[in-house]
Amino acid sequence: MAKQYETVIGLEVHVELATKTKIFCGCSTEFGGAPNTHTCPVCTGMPGSLPVLNKQVVEYAIAVGLATNCSITQYCKFDRKNYFYPDNPQNYQISQLYLPICRNGGVEIDTPAGKKIIGIHEIHMEEDAGKLIHDEWEDCSLVDFNRSGVPLIEIVSEPDMRSAEEVIAYLDKLRLIIQYLGASDCKLNEGSMRADVNLSVREVGAKEFGTRTEMKNLNSFKAIARAIEGERARQIELLEEGKSVTQETRRWDDNKEYSYAMRSKEDAQDYRYFPDPDLVPIMISDEWIARIKAAQPELRTEKLERYKKEFDIPDYDAEILTSSKHMADIFEATTELCKKPKKVSNWLMVETLRLMKENDMEADDLKFSPENLAKLIELVDAGTINSSVAKEVFEEVFKNNIDPDKYVEEKGLKAVNDEGALRATIEKVIADNPQSVEDYHNGKEKAIGFLVGQTMKAMQGKANPGMVNKILKELL
Amino acid sequence: MANIISDETIEYVGILAKLELSEEEKEQAKSDMGKMLDYIDKLNELDTTNVEPMSHVFQVNNVFRQDVVANGDDRDNILKNAPGIKEGAFKVPKTVE
Ligand SMILES: [Zn+2]
Repeated sequence: MAKQYETVIGLEVHVELATKTKIFCGCSTEFGGAPNTHTCPVCTGMPGSLPVLNKQVVEYAIAVGLATNCSITQYCKFDRKNYFYPDNPQNYQISQLYLPICRNGGVEIDTPAGKKIIGIHEIHMEEDAGKLIHDEWEDCSLVDFNRSGVPLIEIVSEPDMRSAEEVIAYLDKLRLIIQYLGASDCKLNEGSMRADVNLSVREVGAKEFGTRTEMKNLNSFKAIARAIEGERARQIELLEEGKSVTQETRRWDDNKEYSYAMRSKEDAQDYRYFPDPDLVPIMISDEWIARIKAAQPELRTEKLERYKKEFDIPDYDAEILTSSKHMADIFEATTELCKKPKKVSNWLMVETLRLMKENDMEADDLKFSPENLAKLIELVDAGTINSSVAKEVFEEVFKNNIDPDKYVEEKGLKAVNDEGALRATIEKVIADNPQSVEDYHNGKEKAIGFLVGQTMKAMQGKANPGMVNKILKELL
Repeated sequence: MANIISDETIEYVGILAKLELSEEEKEQAKSDMGKMLDYIDKLNELDTTNVEPMSHVFQVNNVFRQDVVANGDDRDNILKNAPGIKEGAFKVPKTVE
């Protein structure tokens, strides 16, 4: 019988914190600036410069630690991780090895077999590196230090996951917790959340772990799932051939669906950590922790329950609405404006989800404003536009965040509520379609639908369907 | 000197520190490092049973900055430290992982 294998997975997740400034200097963290315009002597590693810790970084790290059931290391400090690479101007990265700020936590995920806890070994604070661009024309590399010194937390899980599904569920859980805390926007595709996958395989029932590899360059949930399947298959194949797995770092190529061993730097494993003498220790008092705990915003589970209770939103809809902080924010802000939670939920659950799917978008990418969605809802409610025109207008709101009031005005999309004009059109439709009229009188209720359709067509879709129905029945 | 540094060790430390040492410099470094380790051994003679480990020489903690942007665009000055400049970036020898 063929051997049965089990996959053992642990994750190292880097999350870029939502601070305004870098971790050790007053440079902006804003994305997209021209190269090196957000730099100073500290984040370019100039000799003699002195790093000073951004307090907000500590507060975000503690908040994430508390929300993931970690214990907070009340006496913690920074260490230097030494390595040479052009994106690392100090020749060391300031990180935490000996006393990471959070330890021994875990989050609960749902699996087909029920609830499961994924342990969190530790969370530490560190700085991001610069960006290297390889010049195609000249044989050189260009370094942009705008990202250098941007604060990160690295969340190191225990090797508790056994499948791609569990990995995705764990990442999704982390993403939601951190987004709701406001500590990061956690966008995988933009790199504000990055996951390295440590994976090994072993025969089912084996006590010892197999040799693991670490996979990098995974920038979507889909890529992570594919990389896990690919690496699991590669390792099993090696073992089946009687070969062994080499402990190494591999880079996933999502187009080729294969991972490549990264050229290992001969000294890569010897980082010679030591305490950073430029930074003094951090003492985190019970009061400080209590303050952060008290300020914790409403997390996903609480929000979900509240939507059900306060707005009478069904279970499934509440799940979807809270599945991204951004979506929940749109829902709440729009509801606040128009006071019609059911209708807001309906636009988000039906048309928004449909357009997201069509355009292969995530909820975090939604660009329209609550103001414009609220205006659209008001227009429909007031009978100014009918529901099919509303869908058309919504597409414009969704794509270009247009102002529905103006758009409807400019495009002449207002429903015709003028009874005289409507009556004249309907009279003409009746005169032109004697067969349908006869069918209707012979008891074929469906015939009226055809006549409504003809009327709408004659009115270029702008008639109020309720009025059309009423007048039609009256005239017939 | 109680601590003898081997040729392999000095070779390895040289690789880690990206230093190319001449034979003469290697001998000097071996002797310097040996003496440093001897001194550490001397410190180890002290009984530190009830002494808390020290992680910083100053009795200071919690030195923080507020999260407020304090630096503007100083690229021209920063790039004065670059070995080469191209398109607003530091130009370095080609480095590929
Ligand atoms: Zn800076």
